[in-house]
Amino acid sequence: MAEITFLEAIREALAEEMARDPEVVLLGEDIGKYGGAFKATDGLQARFGEGRVIDTPVSEAAIVGAAAGMAHYGMRPVCEMQFIDFVSCAYDMLTNYVATSRYRAFLPCPIVVRGPSGGYVRGGPFHSQNPEAAFLHTPGLKIVYPSTAEDAKGLLKAAIRDDDPVLFFEHKYLYRRIKAVMPPGDHVVPLGKARVAREGTDLTIVTYAATVWKALEAAEQLAAEEGLEVEVIDLRTLLPMDDEAIEASVRKTNRVLIVHEDTVTGGIAGEITARINERCFEWLDAPVRRVGAHDVPLPYAPPLEDFVLPQTSDIVRACRWLAAY
Amino acid sequence: MADTATPATTDHGVTTAEDRLALYRWMRLTRTLEERLVALYRQTKVVGGLFRSLGQEGCAVGSAYALERTDALSPLIRNLGSMLVKGATPLEVLRQYMAKGDSPTRGRELNIHFGDVTDRHFVGQISHLGDLVPVMAGITMTFKLRGESRVGLVYVGDGATSTGAFHEGINFAAVQRCPLVVVVENNGYAYSTPTDRQCAAERLADKAAGYGIPGVRADGNDVLEVLRVTREAVARARAGGGATLLEMMTFRRKGHAEHDNQSYVPEGEIEKWATENDPIDRFTARLTGEFGVTTATLAAIDAEVVAEVDAATEEAEASPPCSGTDALVGVYADPAEMPPLWYRGDASAAVSKHERPASWGTHDG
Repeated sequence: MAEITFLEAIREALAEEMARDPEVVLLGEDIGKYGGAFKATDGLQARFGEGRVIDTPVSEAAIVGAAAGMAHYGMRPVCEMQFIDFVSCAYDMLTNYVATSRYRAFLPCPIVVRGPSGGYVRGGPFHSQNPEAAFLHTPGLKIVYPSTAEDAKGLLKAAIRDDDPVLFFEHKYLYRRIKAVMPPGDHVVPLGKARVAREGTDLTIVTYAATVWKALEAAEQLAAEEGLEVEVIDLRTLLPMDDEAIEASVRKTNRVLIVHEDTVTGGIAGEITARINERCFEWLDAPVRRVGAHDVPLPYAPPLEDFVLPQTSDIVRACRWLAAY
Repeated sequence: MADTATPATTDHGVTTAEDRLALYRWMRLTRTLEERLVALYRQTKVVGGLFRSLGQEGCAVGSAYALERTDALSPLIRNLGSMLVKGATPLEVLRQYMAKGDSPTRGRELNIHFGDVTDRHFVGQISHLGDLVPVMAGITMTFKLRGESRVGLVYVGDGATSTGAFHEGINFAAVQRCPLVVVVENNGYAYSTPTDRQCAAERLADKAAGYGIPGVRADGNDVLEVLRVTREAVARARAGGGATLLEMMTFRRKGHAEHDNQSYVPEGEIEKWATENDPIDRFTARLTGEFGVTTATLAAIDAEVVAEVDAATEEAEASPPCSGTDALVGVYADPAEMPPLWYRGDASAAVSKHERPASWGTHDG
């Protein structure tokens, strides 16, 4: 079997789920004949028809709201945000209506809201965002943010089959850069389970999405240059968070660095740090450290973006500090 | 229930004698139930706020009566009458207001924020106005995609027409030709803000032109007129003609909620609507006049309604309260139950899993 890209893995997941379950429909802007801004849905309308791949007005709140209504009546809508930055236009619908529907009204709301996210692509402040932390605070939602092509496919299939609403972030830097041969058969990766992306004994990096690759790069450099064995935990699902996987790694290495591309203040690293304090403080040999973006809107110019976003060198430096503590 | 004499009607055959008595009964039940809720509110048995639809019962009942049981409806806070028509029971409403453990939402939501999409087909609203317009667009799109002969009806107030969700939802429904009827109940005020401070257009029904759908304004306090125009819109939707915007002119004779003294309403206006334009009084006059219904028939219905509300009140008052730990159930399908905050990792838990500690987040191991 040939390698396919992260983006093709997304498309394969959508096509397989649509073929498997006639209740799976896609909603979004320019996703039909045009195939989507990144071509994630290319060819799907021709294959499944206009009733299953539905072009919508530029109305993110209506896309999510309509999907909720469809889900109440047994459908499995997958909404595309053309860029995940625009999910903020549907913030009310997601947090107030969708996330609460099961709890307040016993209304099932199995929808997926997916879209291209993240920076390192010179996209500027409105085409580079990582808004996952804004939703981490909303009980009732699940949040998935894969880093590999295999996980992109397997987790998206699991998200579509999940009985609760799932936000599915697809890092656009990875779309065409990351490739893999898909596992054979019906490849479904369960939500809520982290992955050990690299085994190590000296310190742990907890991360997700594009910075998994930067963490792996840093780990290789540290192994080569100073013989440090760094373990990299790829969270894959941010909500619910795999506390057990984090705890197991902390007990093994006793030193933790949390890395995310999102801004530091109010970012997920703060929540992970608190959980480590609650669950396994006694196992720590050093303070929990974090590396994330500076607290500014993400700027466009390459020197500015490179300065703001976390780089491999930042991770290497923080790991050295932790190892020496 | 129908009168034996069938006089010539002046409603152009919109209703049968049976329909008319049913409409009267639903309006009377709505008002009687709300009056009972006021009494319970004053006894502090209603836990939260109380929202009245006094003077708007004709609009709520007449429009909902145009639907079949399998059609979907999404009410607003002034649509107790619509929910009763769609099958909600006084017992459910009373338990809900009193936050009982066996209320439709098991104590999680307030007042008439509850629904049932498996049998009676009304969808629980949320407080964010306009949000149910996109949701109902999605529900009715599902009906359309499945080739079902079903329609949906969603209520908004004059205030909600200013929201983005209203605009996005109705535009979406119009473009997709969803079988959706959007009913704007223009009752003059959104909390304290009059409609002319909400929208510069003379008629909210005129917004329909911007969406390319029919817009109709009707007398919301004439229950038969409400039924007639809603039936037209429902028939158009069912026949594949897409969405319609209806503006029902009415008046909110009580405050936004029971605490609101309506100091912002010009003097005499509330009294004028109460004496000259009450939907039940107007319908009663027509029933006993042109439709030849006896006052004894209506009195019998009134007595039945009171008995029904009495029985429901007694049962609701005897309902059990909620149990605190039930709060952790049902946020997700999986996991079905959330762990208590103070039980994150059993080694450091200071109390047993289902015990609430004296203070939050106790981790003194």
